[in-house]
Amino acid sequence: MSDFEYSDEEADYFYDDEEEMDTQEDGSAPSDDDMDMETFNDDFRVTGKGKRKSYEVECEPLSKSDVEKLMQQDVDHISGIFGVDDTTASLLLRFMDWNKEKLIEKYMDNASAISISAGISQPSIPSLPPPIRASSLSRGVEKPATRRSVRSAPSVSAKLLTKTKSLEPFVCPICFDDTQSDTMSLSCDHAFCTSCWNAYITSKIREEGEHWIRCMAEGCSLVAPDPFVKSALGTDTATWERFQELLVRHFVSHNRNLKYCPYPECTYTVSCPSAASKSSLASMVPTVTCGASPDHQFCFGCAIESDHRPVICAVASMWLRKCRDDSETANWIKSNTKECNKCQSTIEKNGGCNHMTCKKCKHEFCWVCMGPWSEHGTAWYSCNRYDEKASQDARDSQSKSRASLERYLHYYNRWANHEQSAKLSMELHAKTEKKMEEMQITSALTWIEVQFMKKAVDEVFKCRMTLKWTYAMAYYLEKGNEKELFEDNQRDLEKAVEDLSELLEQPIEADNIPTLRQKVTDKTVYVQKRNEIMLEDTANGFLEGRWTWNGTVEGFD
Amino acid sequence: MASISARRLRKELSEIHVEGCPVGINLLSADNFEQWLLSLEVMGESQYPGEVFALKFRFDPNYPISSPAVQFVVDGKYTSPVHPHVYSNGHICASILGNEWSPVLSVIGICVTLQSMLASCKKKERPQDNDRYVLHAPDNPKKTRFHYDVDTV
Repeated sequence: MSDFEYSDEEADYFYDDEEEMDTQEDGSAPSDDDMDMETFNDDFRVTGKGKRKSYEVECEPLSKSDVEKLMQQDVDHISGIFGVDDTTASLLLRFMDWNKEKLIEKYMDNASAISISAGISQPSIPSLPPPIRASSLSRGVEKPATRRSVRSAPSVSAKLLTKTKSLEPFVCPICFDDTQSDTMSLSCDHAFCTSCWNAYITSKIREEGEHWIRCMAEGCSLVAPDPFVKSALGTDTATWERFQELLVRHFVSHNRNLKYCPYPECTYTVSCPSAASKSSLASMVPTVTCGASPDHQFCFGCAIESDHRPVICAVASMWLRKCRDDSETANWIKSNTKECNKCQSTIEKNGGCNHMTCKKCKHEFCWVCMGPWSEHGTAWYSCNRYDEKASQDARDSQSKSRASLERYLHYYNRWANHEQSAKLSMELHAKTEKKMEEMQITSALTWIEVQFMKKAVDEVFKCRMTLKWTYAMAYYLEKGNEKELFEDNQRDLEKAVEDLSELLEQPIEADNIPTLRQKVTDKTVYVQKRNEIMLEDTANGFLEGRWTWNGTVEGFD
Repeated sequence: MASISARRLRKELSEIHVEGCPVGINLLSADNFEQWLLSLEVMGESQYPGEVFALKFRFDPNYPISSPAVQFVVDGKYTSPVHPHVYSNGHICASILGNEWSPVLSVIGICVTLQSMLASCKKKERPQDNDRYVLHAPDNPKKTRFHYDVDTV
């Protein structure tokens, strides 16, 4: 993210004295009481508008027609250089997956060879005749040969189909319908009736989602240019639209700066050049929104979750993989239980001394050395084999595994809890909303005045999502000052969110609404601010390379 | 008006009746426009002297826009030819049945192509991944995405 700029209100929230901090622009360090009137008046806005924060990514939503304009630019560029028409330029670009440089190189090297491979011209016809021609002849079905002359002699397989030659009325070699008089052919002159072309092109577009439509003749590699497709589809504008959408998708999929909006039926594209390279994803979380709806939020870098800020894609995916991996369960059993060596029952020791008596078989043994208790003689409460090397090692490995598991569970429980709480807060809100509506009718409050709950719940939800991912991040952060600062921010945000959550659960009565409203609004603004600080600081940390991981993270070393 | 597939198949059938099949190819059954059976024999010198195979064609209403599902019959009477592009369950890996299908190809055209595919075979062997493929192969070979090797077998 080279074009990153510090916003004026950038939260300079780390009070440590590393030198990189000193050189940093010293923004108006916002403390907790920094909520001046200006921000307050602006209802729930905390920072100024129009400025991009460091956790936001510069992106541009593009509609289908915007992308088509981009495609047209490339086409114009190519047709200008090569001196060919738009249709040809477009086919050449599609053939080369919109790689202009490679296309220019190849075209300069051997223009006719690439035109042949791109399905624009046939081996012996160098120039491109007009794309659509109504023709009536050329019914010879040609042999599947890679090299062929303009019109090869009818082959064996064509024998059956070319019984009637030239003079008789046209019979489409596909449907054998001699009542069809409208025919179409590409420049190869392989004529077929218009309804067969229509069926074929429709099936290619609709069933196969294919925009690269070759001539129907066997072995012919000419590709139907857009005007031909359009005219064959006739009045079927829906399929034509679909064809254009396929072209846009093809273009977008080959452009690293573009991503198609993953929401169903959405035809928007997002352009985000700063997140295009894999290495850039190591220092940013490109959460973007397409232009169609503010709900169409997704991560430009991965498909894990629409917004997994503040943690970067690679770490988020590592975390999810870890959570899915049920080896943790096995780990738990391994570190918390032992088997009775007589009846093999699994036993969890949850307290008490080392003298174990199996509930099932009444076998008495020592938890430490697993030997029979009778051998311990009079050393009742301490195993005399305790310090033997083997027991020592076993104990070490067990406690190590237990510690690592406990560490994981600490983060996992908080991660899962925030997810759960976020869901619950939405449910709570659904209930509250009804009450608010009633209140709006029974009391003097206006609709706008009862909206504060909605805003607060939305904010809680958003912040819990942030918190959730901060736990995934904290799990992988290397111990040290930076992590402590990260956890300070996390704690402050968590505290604020829990306070607001609690406030939201208070019973709502008509007479306490004004005070509740004031409290909730204040808290919401504060929570919003804490969230910004959390995100901002993490994003800056990535840019400054402050975070070190305790494991190997892809894209990081 | 009958569907394109019915009209087209009726036409192909009448041509077979009028002109007969090429040498080595015989129509076994064509009672409807959904499934045909043809027998196939490689004439002249080949790896398959005296062997007669049967081909099963299944057509959907979109034929000939969409390709027919073609496979060798494997039952008590017929077997699948041992060929590097033919699996033991009768499925055939041939580009003209997949991405190089052209609506102008016909049933007889496919038979001729497959006949020449067998005729040009130099070494009788199964495809390398035969066992793995046959184990998981779908009933309809059209559902398989074959990777077509560029060779001349």
